[in-house]
Amino acid sequence: MLNRTALEALTRHPLPFLASAWPWRGAAYLAASAVPGVAAGLAVAAAASGTLVSPALGVVAGLAALALACLLIAPYERLRLRLVDVVPVPGAPHRRWREAGLAVMTLLVLWWIDLIMLAFTIGGPLVLALSPVLQGELAPIVGVASTVAGLLLLPVAAYTITAWAGARGAMARAILAPAQSELTEVLRSRARLVDAFEMERRRIERDLHDGAQQRLVSLSMSLGIAGLDLPEGSEAARLIRLAHDEAKQALAELRELIRGVHSQVLTDRGLAAAVQDVAGRSPVPVDVDVDVPGRLPAPVEVTAYYVVSEALANLAKHSGATRGAVTGRIERGTLVVEVRDDGVGGADPGRGTGLTGLADRLAVVEGRLSLSSPPGGPTRLRAEIPC
Amino acid sequence: MRVVIAEDAVLLREGLAGLLERFGHTVVASVGDAPALVEAVAEHRPEAVVTDVRMPPGFADEGLRAAVELRARDPELAVLVLSQYVEQTYAAELLESGGGAGVGYLLKDRIGDVREFVDALDRVAGGGTVVDPEVVRQLLRRRRDPLTRLTPREQQVLGLIAEGRTNASIARELYVTEAAVAKHIANIFTKLDLPPAADGHRRVLAVLAYLRG
Repeated sequence: MLNRTALEALTRHPLPFLASAWPWRGAAYLAASAVPGVAAGLAVAAAASGTLVSPALGVVAGLAALALACLLIAPYERLRLRLVDVVPVPGAPHRRWREAGLAVMTLLVLWWIDLIMLAFTIGGPLVLALSPVLQGELAPIVGVASTVAGLLLLPVAAYTITAWAGARGAMARAILAPAQSELTEVLRSRARLVDAFEMERRRIERDLHDGAQQRLVSLSMSLGIAGLDLPEGSEAARLIRLAHDEAKQALAELRELIRGVHSQVLTDRGLAAAVQDVAGRSPVPVDVDVDVPGRLPAPVEVTAYYVVSEALANLAKHSGATRGAVTGRIERGTLVVEVRDDGVGGADPGRGTGLTGLADRLAVVEGRLSLSSPPGGPTRLRAEIPC
Repeated sequence: MRVVIAEDAVLLREGLAGLLERFGHTVVASVGDAPALVEAVAEHRPEAVVTDVRMPPGFADEGLRAAVELRARDPELAVLVLSQYVEQTYAAELLESGGGAGVGYLLKDRIGDVREFVDALDRVAGGGTVVDPEVVRQLLRRRRDPLTRLTPREQQVLGLIAEGRTNASIARELYVTEAAVAKHIANIFTKLDLPPAADGHRRVLAVLAYLRG
């Protein structure tokens, strides 16, 4: 398993963890707090020496030293964060105030907490382990016992140090680069991918519609006209009719295929009409009650449509339901789409990729999927998409 | 009959023109986009328009919108819309224009059945209503309240009404007498709460009741 942060490393098995560099990195991270400690000391010293000349100069000198330290602390924090978190912190503009806040926190409080933490976690077991040497008057049995206890406590110290360093690093990371700024990049690239995919589907639909479909309609028409001129009952008439039937069949299949690729109705008329359309083709009767005002943003409509058509396909294939229902509402700025049926239930996101695919697709628009499908039914699938 | 054709695929446009001419109609103009369709109708005053749904410039539902607009200006103009999709909101919108008389909504596939296609155009030009059987099938599959009240046979009859069939033609299709068909239709009207006073357009209203959902 790949561990990218000290906290992730804690979840490994104890032996690989203790043998890894993570406890050492954690200790180094905490020890590095000596630097802001020195900086804080220097600031205080500057203020004190300034005060010797005049109180005002003391304040000015202290503040100047503090400001300088603040400027240097944030890059320093960024740098030492690499010890407990190997994922680089993305450079983020407009972080001045956050960086200053972290610097002040580090200078005033965090550095000594870090050092005390380090001193106690390592110092305690060390003192115990060395007690026969340090306290010569101890009974040998007590000395040996405390040495053993001290040695046993060292791995515990490794955990404590790593945990504190990891938490401390996570906090620094959260301040320097809030989670949102990192995840948006991932989400954006996923959204771009989905957009590109959607555009490609549209292009395919357009090509099929303008090309193959029109030609097949023309062919079917030509065959129909040719049939008019042939004497009824002749071999030629039979063959033409056969070809005509094939052409019609091909047209029907092509129409289904095109609809699966991209819903033109969705583009033209929006979600309510498109859901009506897909529900109308379901072999299981489906009640539709979609009441959303006007048109929603395209990604929201496309995702909601995708959820409904997938859910209805599942309903028809697996649920054994005699009836289904789709509802759509806007609740507090969120599109809530529910697909219900009276089937046998037992839908399991772990099996197959359908439901997982839906959840993935929803994640792109920061939506959520919830499912209730106890064995024996009924199944209820709910998608929420902010819009 | 004087007809204007609007279809952006040249091959199909020419084919349609040839087909209609062959059955004795006059194609006064054939155009390739929605604005040209509106212009051609203003210029030639045809009796019927055959138009594709998806057309330039936007390749969305321009043809349908043009058809609805033309019907709003002149409810007498018969319009047959051809679509690549079965889309009941398109069909409903079209049927609601000018009370639903003299409109048709067919899948493009139906052009291949040349005789039936030309028949459908004639029915539309004669003030009838033609809805593609596929649309009707979809509507029947969705059980909504007015529909659950109909027996399967009545649903079947309603489907055939939606296709623009006459009582005689429905009777032939179902192998029953015309009297039986008339009885089914009367039942349908009762169940859909369509009063006898609206008689002339009750068949259209019955279909509309479904399409509106």
